[in-house]
Amino acid sequence: MHEVKPAEALGFTFDGRALTARAGDTVAAALLANGVQACRQTPVSGADRGPYCMMGVCFDCLVVIDGVGNRQGCLVPLREGMRIETQAGRRHPDGAQS
Amino acid sequence: MIAITSIGQVAEHYDIAVVGAGPAGLAAAARAAELGLSVLLADENPAPGGQIYRAITTTPVTKRAVLGEDYWKGGALVDRLRPTNAAYAPGCTIWSVAPDEAGGFELGLSLGGQARLIAAGQVILATGAQERPFPIPGWTLPGVMTAGAAQIALKASGLVPSGRTVIAGCGPLLYLLAGQLAAAGANIVAVLDTTPRRNWLAAIAAFPDFLRSPYLAKGLKLMAAARGKLPFKTGVTALAAEGSGKLTGVTVTRGGAAETIPCDALLLHQGVIPGINLANAAGCAQHFDAVQHCWTPTVDGWFASSIPGIAIAGDGAGIGGAESAALRGEVAALDAARRLGRLAEAERDAHAAPIRAELARSLRGRRFLDLLYRPAPQFLAPPADETIVCRCEEVTAGQIRDAASRLGVTGPNQMKAFLRCGMGPCQGRLCGPTVVELIAQERGVSAEETGYYRLRPPVKPVTLSELAALPPTDAAIKAVVR
Ligand code: FES
Repeated sequence: MHEVKPAEALGFTFDGRALTARAGDTVAAALLANGVQACRQTPVSGADRGPYCMMGVCFDCLVVIDGVGNRQGCLVPLREGMRIETQAGRRHPDGAQS
Repeated sequence: MIAITSIGQVAEHYDIAVVGAGPAGLAAAARAAELGLSVLLADENPAPGGQIYRAITTTPVTKRAVLGEDYWKGGALVDRLRPTNAAYAPGCTIWSVAPDEAGGFELGLSLGGQARLIAAGQVILATGAQERPFPIPGWTLPGVMTAGAAQIALKASGLVPSGRTVIAGCGPLLYLLAGQLAAAGANIVAVLDTTPRRNWLAAIAAFPDFLRSPYLAKGLKLMAAARGKLPFKTGVTALAAEGSGKLTGVTVTRGGAAETIPCDALLLHQGVIPGINLANAAGCAQHFDAVQHCWTPTVDGWFASSIPGIAIAGDGAGIGGAESAALRGEVAALDAARRLGRLAEAERDAHAAPIRAELARSLRGRRFLDLLYRPAPQFLAPPADETIVCRCEEVTAGQIRDAASRLGVTGPNQMKAFLRCGMGPCQGRLCGPTVVELIAQERGVSAEETGYYRLRPPVKPVTLSELAALPPTDAAIKAVVR
């Protein structure tokens, strides 16, 4: 996706990559604006998924935000300096994702 | 309007708790507050408006024509709430509603990663609509989204899909969105209309009412504008999203012949259905609405549910559109005030009369739209075995059919136990209607008879740490100490 009109930008990272998006965007929108279509892998088959409904219904936008997993990217407003990571497959109890 | 930014600012008790800040919730909260009641309006989105008026106060889209005049009407609803004392909590999820000992309700809410239990005398659920599931092969590929999702991205963030974009499905929103995206500069390479031609036969009887409805002029304008400018293809009978790991195209079948259209974005839409999860988990009775073809909470003329004290206003109790949702919110608020003893019955009725007249006008013509845009059976129950139905647990149509026919699974709750469908984080929001459809078809019974998922709170995942940090109630302490 691309933006109709750019506005004030916030900096964040996605899987370590430095990116920017518009202040006021949700995390899911910020990823889409940067051309990121897939943000998680399913626990069952490991297939890539990306935001599908943008309204909190489908849970395909789940990401890890600042170390906290299972967050619905489409409901979380982007903040300066957020560390966003792909939510990878099955969650491991002692892994980095909590 | 008192903006709530942290969970500590939420009071212990409100006269009325309203869930959802779309048209119904905004109107209900405003009316209740105007009547002098203490009101909490909780909404999980970052800004008011619901989906139809999404980001009405914050949208970066400044060209009014892009989103159309109807969108901007949402501003008046927020403006009406502003001067009131209603507490408005954005980013706040209500995950449970249960009766409490005082004859009111206990609500579980979560805001900024912290949970809280509070009390309310009356509850108005204004949870709105969600898109009807539209399972086709490949619909889980990144690059495929709902049409509503694209509209939300446009309203809230000024985003339009990059590259070649295809819109597929049926219903008025499809034309509206196609028009909006085109106006915003999207490259729409095809609009694939799945409206079954024979629907016209069923709908024609309701046409006279539609002729007198507020929808007509608007609808015709949308249709004409979209058709005139965009590459329409009608009579679509099958669709499949293509690609491995990422969308590359869509295969479309019309008149028995299939062709593949390369694309970078595919937007799916098959109408909207009530978002019933919270009402269902709270124990409100529901039924299968045969005309709108969806599960719907059962409400009376005041939008009161089967549980005294819980009302369901707006599209969450049957699809009627934004205008009707706001009116239904007001009516529900009037009755909630009456239940609280703050408004006499005669006063309530007098206030409600003009609103009801408006409501009747706004709903005129709805039946025609419902009948005309009723989804074709193959899009309700996917014929291809490999089509994923439950996106969370990756359960396919073939597996569900097999469990229903060979293993004799008779209903969706039993299906959960066999296949885990509906057990993922979305809690059946995207597979429920399809699972019912498949079981009904396979067993040759009606959807009503097949039943729906029995849902339980929390209706949205709450972390264990949030639950563990909840202040214990007296009852909970006694239960452990004993
Ligand atoms: S995109 Fe569907 S829940 Fe976020």
